[in-house]
Amino acid sequence: MLGAGGRSVLIALASSAVVFGSLGWLVVNSPGWPLLERSFLDAQVFRESWPRQFAAIWRNIQLFLIAELLILPFGLVIAILRSLPGPVAFPLRLLATIYTDLFRAIPGVLVIGLLGFGIPALGLPGVPREAFFWGVVALTLVYSAYVAEVYRAGIQSVHPSQVAAARSLGLTQFQALRYVVVPQAVRRVIPPLLNDFIGLQKDTALVSFIGVVEVFRQAQIDQSANFNFTPYLVTALLFVLMTIPLARLTDWLVERDRRRQLATRAFG
Amino acid sequence: MTRDAALPQPMLRLEAIHKSFGATEVLRGIDLDVAEHEVVCLIGASGSGKSTLLRCVNRLEAIEGGRIVLHGTDITAPDVGVDAIRRRIGIVFQAFNLFPHMTVLDNVTLGPRKVLRRSRLDAERAALDLLARFGLADRAREYPDRLSGGQQQRVAIVRALAMQPELLLLDEITSALDPELVAEVLNVIRELAKAGMTMVIATHEMGFARDVANRVCFLDAGRILESGPPAEIFGAPREARTRQFLQRVVEAGRL
Repeated sequence: MLGAGGRSVLIALASSAVVFGSLGWLVVNSPGWPLLERSFLDAQVFRESWPRQFAAIWRNIQLFLIAELLILPFGLVIAILRSLPGPVAFPLRLLATIYTDLFRAIPGVLVIGLLGFGIPALGLPGVPREAFFWGVVALTLVYSAYVAEVYRAGIQSVHPSQVAAARSLGLTQFQALRYVVVPQAVRRVIPPLLNDFIGLQKDTALVSFIGVVEVFRQAQIDQSANFNFTPYLVTALLFVLMTIPLARLTDWLVERDRRRQLATRAFG
Repeated sequence: MTRDAALPQPMLRLEAIHKSFGATEVLRGIDLDVAEHEVVCLIGASGSGKSTLLRCVNRLEAIEGGRIVLHGTDITAPDVGVDAIRRRIGIVFQAFNLFPHMTVLDNVTLGPRKVLRRSRLDAERAALDLLARFGLADRAREYPDRLSGGQQQRVAIVRALAMQPELLLLDEITSALDPELVAEVLNVIRELAKAGMTMVIATHEMGFARDVANRVCFLDAGRILESGPPAEIFGAPREARTRQFLQRVVEAGRL
């Protein structure tokens, strides 16, 4: 005899088999399937392309790791500038607002192209010309705008009474922000912030546009060498493998926060 | 206690304080002198202006008219630094407002370390002494959410005391507490009063006010309608509004 748990597992298995089986049958029996199979699922090309792309994806990892290290402080500075109170800080607020509006409006690939092709073309002495450098700069500028808004939401979620308590001890506006508001804000926004970083990891592929040989560029090279699209499948697989750890980490943090809040409420 | 001319210069003098929120006039000309070591209780209905008055004294709220003089210095003058004023005046809030991301010890030492520039070692030694004095020594390494409401409020008091303020403002500090936790907090205040701390206390605890105050002020619609020794205010109030208010308090079983 099966328990209720065992039975639901069986039902889940059976229903999955029916749904995915019929979907698979539909695809495999479609008129274009033989052609698609040849151009996207070539085992030989897959085997050849895999090691080259696996090597190339380290370039993407470098891109997003460096960019993330820059985005975390830079986004916070933008968020703090946008949160400064008082009429004196108006120009700073305005600048920060223009920045976040601009870099969320312009498509990332355009920012990458404008910086990566444009600035080296100026031929200024002492200014780096490497595409990789400008790729990192462009990703940092674009994603700092998003991350700044996430931080800002966190800063605004800290209750004004916390600031009142800090100021009443004699802390300056800046000290209250630094020791009381920002630490609480950052803790709260870690999950949405990591979510933005998943987006950033994918968008490292855009840097291929200015000639950085990262995984997507490598796939394009392999594709044109073989007249076969299987390398793109390899790329897709590698991106999935690359982002899943962060996605799971984000889920785990959200779940942990939820459980902590429940525990605190139960105690209070 | 009478307020005769022989009293020395008051520690705190409020002169014709006016404050509005939008079109609502919350304080309509408050005059109050507080002598050193004096405990003044502000009583009155919710919305009578007690909390706002306290928040004005340490300039968490800006006033629109009048003057606040602390030890002879006009602290409402435009050239006075608010941070310098606030480190001399402690305030404890109804909702505790502890910093939830810091341990009790860090809550208490933040001001001394960052404002008074004490070393961590000195600040922590002083904080542990204070915490021990109020029965909180074993809580120093805990986070606020692990403490009961009464403990949290006592930590908030210790946090204010750690700045060695000249004046302590208490804003309905027992209103957010479960009834059985009120006494432990009020006992702390009684002890402070005995030790000579100058305090202005907004409170709904009439028994406590009668017990601890040198002077009780009854606020009504943004004015001090009547003030005097507790025996007089609670025993023989002159104003009809005061009698009415106290009558309601008695009916609610709070006196």
